[in-house]
Amino acid sequence: MALIVSVGLGTVACAPQEPARKAVKDDKDRKPAPEFELKDASGKVVRLADYKGKVVLLDFWATWCGPCAIEIPWFVEFQRKYKDQGFEVLGISMDDDGWKAVTPFVAAKKINYRVVQGSDSTADLYGGVEALPTTFVIDRDGRIASVHIGLSSKKDFEDAIENLLSHAGSGKDGAGAKPGL
Amino acid sequence: MPVPAKTALALSLAFSALTASAQMAPVLTVTPQPTVKVAKGATAKITVTASLPKGYHANTNKPSEQYLIPMTLKWTSGPLQLEGIDYPKGALEKYEFSEKPISVVTGEFSIVTTFQVPASAARGPAAQVGALRYQACDNKACYPPKTVPVNVTVQVE
Repeated sequence: MALIVSVGLGTVACAPQEPARKAVKDDKDRKPAPEFELKDASGKVVRLADYKGKVVLLDFWATWCGPCAIEIPWFVEFQRKYKDQGFEVLGISMDDDGWKAVTPFVAAKKINYRVVQGSDSTADLYGGVEALPTTFVIDRDGRIASVHIGLSSKKDFEDAIENLLSHAGSGKDGAGAKPGL
Repeated sequence: MPVPAKTALALSLAFSALTASAQMAPVLTVTPQPTVKVAKGATAKITVTASLPKGYHANTNKPSEQYLIPMTLKWTSGPLQLEGIDYPKGALEKYEFSEKPISVVTGEFSIVTTFQVPASAARGPAAQVGALRYQACDNKACYPPKTVPVNVTVQVE
C-alpha cells in the first residue's frame, strides 16, 4: 500500500506525464492461460497445470532472437529472487533446430529455470505468437495477468511479478484452461 | 491430458483477441523479374531485388553474431549452373537489443547470382527457381525465419 501511495505521489509531483501503466490486468479481465503439454530437455512432460498455485512467467523465445537474449538474464535473476515465494519461470523455445540449438544456449546463459520445446501449435494456443520474445505473466489462479510483446522493461516484469506474488490465489481451479471450457 | 482440437481452436480464438496487438512477421517482397536473356555457353547474371517494410531489418548473409540466422538464396532447379552468389553487404546498425551494431539489410536490396549457361541447354524459355530464406526483426522483436520463392524466367538463346 505504501508503495502505491508513493508511486501516486511521484506521478503527481512529476506531472505532466503519461498515466502510470498497470503492472497487471484487473482481476475481472484475466483469462485462463491455455493448458499445454511440452517436453523439457530430459524428455519429461511439462504441463502448465503443474504450476498451479504459483505465479508463472511464461516466455516464448528463440536462440536467434536478440531481444530474447537481453531479457533472459532478467528471468534468471527473477527465478533466483522469487522462487521461494511461489514463482517460476518457464521458457518455451521456438527454435526449429530443437535441443541441438537450445541446450548449448541454456548452458551458456546459465539458465536456472525449466525450458521446454514449443511448436506452432503451442504458439497458436496463445493467440498466434509470432513476435519473439512474447511473455505472459500468469497469476496463482492460472490466469494471464499481463502480456509483454517484444523487448520489455525489466521493471515492468518485476512490477507484475511482485504484484501477483503479494496476492494469494483464490484457490479456484483456474490453472491451465481445461478441455470443455 | 492432451487438449482436444475443438478446445484448442476455441482457446486460440479467445486468445487472438488477447494478443490482438501482436506484431505480425514482416513480409519480405521479391520484385517480379522480367525475362532474362542468356546465351548458351556464356556467363549470366540474375539480380534478385527484394524489400522489407520500413522499420524492419534482416540479417545479412554474414551476420555479425554467431546466433543470428543468415539470409540465404538457394537455387533449386533450372537450366543454369550456379557459379556464385553476391549478397548485399548491408550496414552495421545498432538496435535497442544489441550490445554492438549488427550486420543487416533494410528497405530494398539486391542479390546477384552468377550462372554458367551450359552449351547443352535447350533453347527457349525456362524457369530458374530458387528460395530466399531470411530472418527479420524490428527494434524490439524478432520473427521466425521465413522462406519466399524466387522464380525467374530465362530465355536461352
